[in-house]
Amino acid sequence: MSIILTAVLTLLVLALIFGAVLGYAAVRFRVEGDPIVEQINALLPQTQCGQCGHPGCKPYAEAIANGAPINKCPPGGETTIQALADLLDVEPLPLDGEHGEEKPPMVAYIREAECIGCTKCIQACPVDAILGAARQMHTVIVAECTGCDLCLEPCPVDCIDMLPLPVTIQNWRWDLPRPVTGSARGGAA
Amino acid sequence: MTAQPRIWDIPGGIHPPQNKAQSTARGLEQPPLPERLILPLLQHIGNRAEPLVKPGDRVLKGQVIATASGLFSCPVHAPTSGTVSALGPAPYPHASGLAEPAIIIDSDGEDRWIEAQPVADYRSLEPLALLDRIRDAGISGLGGAGFPTAPKLAARPDHRIDTLIINGAECEPYITSDDMTMRHRAPQIVAGIEVLMHILQPAQVLIGIEDNKPEAIAAMRAAAEQHPMQVVVIPTKYPSGGEKQLIQILTGKEVPSGGLPADIGLLCHNIGTALAVHDAVLLGRPMISRITTLTGAALARPTNVKALIGTPIQDLLSFAGLRPEQLYRLVMGGPMMGFTLPDSAAPIIKTSNCLLAATHDELPPPPPALPCIRCGLCAEACPAELLPQQLHWFALGKDHDQLQRHNLFDCIECGACAYVCPSSIPLVQYFRAGKAEIRAIEQQHSRAEQSRLRFEHRQQRLQREAEQRELERQARAEKAARAKAAREAQASRQQTETSPAAAPDLARIQSRKASTLSPEQKQLKVAAATARMALQRAQKQLAANPDNTDLQAQIPKLEQAFAEAQQAFEQATAQEAP
Repeated sequence: MSIILTAVLTLLVLALIFGAVLGYAAVRFRVEGDPIVEQINALLPQTQCGQCGHPGCKPYAEAIANGAPINKCPPGGETTIQALADLLDVEPLPLDGEHGEEKPPMVAYIREAECIGCTKCIQACPVDAILGAARQMHTVIVAECTGCDLCLEPCPVDCIDMLPLPVTIQNWRWDLPRPVTGSARGGAA
Repeated sequence: MTAQPRIWDIPGGIHPPQNKAQSTARGLEQPPLPERLILPLLQHIGNRAEPLVKPGDRVLKGQVIATASGLFSCPVHAPTSGTVSALGPAPYPHASGLAEPAIIIDSDGEDRWIEAQPVADYRSLEPLALLDRIRDAGISGLGGAGFPTAPKLAARPDHRIDTLIINGAECEPYITSDDMTMRHRAPQIVAGIEVLMHILQPAQVLIGIEDNKPEAIAAMRAAAEQHPMQVVVIPTKYPSGGEKQLIQILTGKEVPSGGLPADIGLLCHNIGTALAVHDAVLLGRPMISRITTLTGAALARPTNVKALIGTPIQDLLSFAGLRPEQLYRLVMGGPMMGFTLPDSAAPIIKTSNCLLAATHDELPPPPPALPCIRCGLCAEACPAELLPQQLHWFALGKDHDQLQRHNLFDCIECGACAYVCPSSIPLVQYFRAGKAEIRAIEQQHSRAEQSRLRFEHRQQRLQREAEQRELERQARAEKAARAKAAREAQASRQQTETSPAAAPDLARIQSRKASTLSPEQKQLKVAAATARMALQRAQKQLAANPDNTDLQAQIPKLEQAFAEAQQAFEQATAQEAP
């Protein structure tokens, strides 16, 4: 009888000690925010375009952390989906066409002669990449523009174009040579 | 002259046919002054220079026409006197064939120098003052990469330079520009090295030259005899002239992966750079010309020329007797590391050490690539001890993590692996593409990070503004409430402490308040108030825009309308009152 009592008491004491340690650790080492959201957010392209149906990349990251599909980001395209699938250990899905197509990187360009200076695009720009003031001509800071399209819609005179990022000496890159194909192997054999 | 010091060997390397004799027979020639010079604003690694001239300006030889923007940039000087005819995109020597912003100068044929300001005694100057001079002379490395020389010399205090290495190895086939420079300018090169020594104060100076250049070795030995520097002869092997390779051969030290020679107390400069430093400091002449090899079987008289920077390539080729029907590939640089030029209208720039006009037999099109048989020859040839066959697979599969883990960025793109490959796989092309893609992705990430920060800052700003507005609204509401309370308190006070003097007034107010207006009177009162408002608004606008004639015309009309409405209302109340 005393053996059983001792065992129960020992276990009870152990449980209390571990409970106290765990309780202290939970308070002392509390993680601020949700780290997975930050990790997902780091993989998203940060265009803040809202094509996924969320008001920005961070809200979409939060939605993904809560189980939203990972294939709703057209600017990120296949690479982002793949990276998200790797991070979350889920099957990569094809890009959901409902939210748009994968496009080459674009920048907004304001036809300055037609701009009336209404500041509507400035208010729409999620990254403050448009410079201008009321009744002054506006212009896009190309280096900051994410190509999100959000400035097109509010423009009352439709003077904003989305242009592909021009190829210059700085961003030109060598192409991968045509890979050695099976037919070349057959031809050689 | 001391005995030849010990040298080390590098791993790998190849021995391709030299093909150097063709272009050394004619000495150093001076091509005719070109009619038009194209001076790209980007002739070095770093930021584009910023133009200082505009079309129509007259410039003198040696005048600054574009200034450095930022630390890693180089100014550009006019190579001859003439008129700036245009400023804008112009042909550029690059594998892509894309245009780059350039200043175009039409030569006036006079070749008139701007007044030179040589330093009489550079030893009396501080190293920093000399660095400024080198920076202002627009010198960037002449070896090939074109790194601006001044920032390279401005060693950080924690990196003491104990060995200065001067690179005269010139290991790539066909190229002889460094060879000819050493043969014909040895004393000047040595004087330039002395300037570099004054800046860096190294413990020793080693000049590395491959043993296939006996005339250059003799000339340099003779020039360096009385100076604290050593000419070291190294065996001919490609790519001994690579910066890291030459360092390993001369000192036995290896530059750490991803590091700089300065990290192990070394600095390496090309002999052409030393000559340019001599010209800049001792003659006061900026970098406006360079020695370039013109070679290849498609040229009737291959040679070396002292060409002005900006000379169109086609001018130089016709000087060397180009036979256009035989030209198959025009390469800038050597056959191993050079690139095919899509356009011979492009100019030579500060980094252009060689133009190779090759015939079909000389540089035949590569045979179709066959599959890798894992023979391992490429790994044996690699001077950086990488595994090209592995890198090739990873580049094909776009496995960027593995590429970086296998040290892709230590590849110097020398082409030794592709040269020995029995399957003729264009390995270097894979590595260049892989590097470019990894760099592009990194750039994308840093841009995304930047966008995220901007987005978050904007969100914070909007929130701050909303809070501010809310606070202001509350403050206004409070103020209005206080004012109302004060009015009511005053009214009640007046009611209770009715003093005789105030009585008539109060009676009038009370009578007004008490008097109930008929509907017509109310209407008239509203009309009068509206007219007064309109008048006040117009007056306010007029005060803001005194030039507005429309408003000026409106004011009297509005005044009249208000007066009429007020009169009508007063008449109506007066009739009622008695």
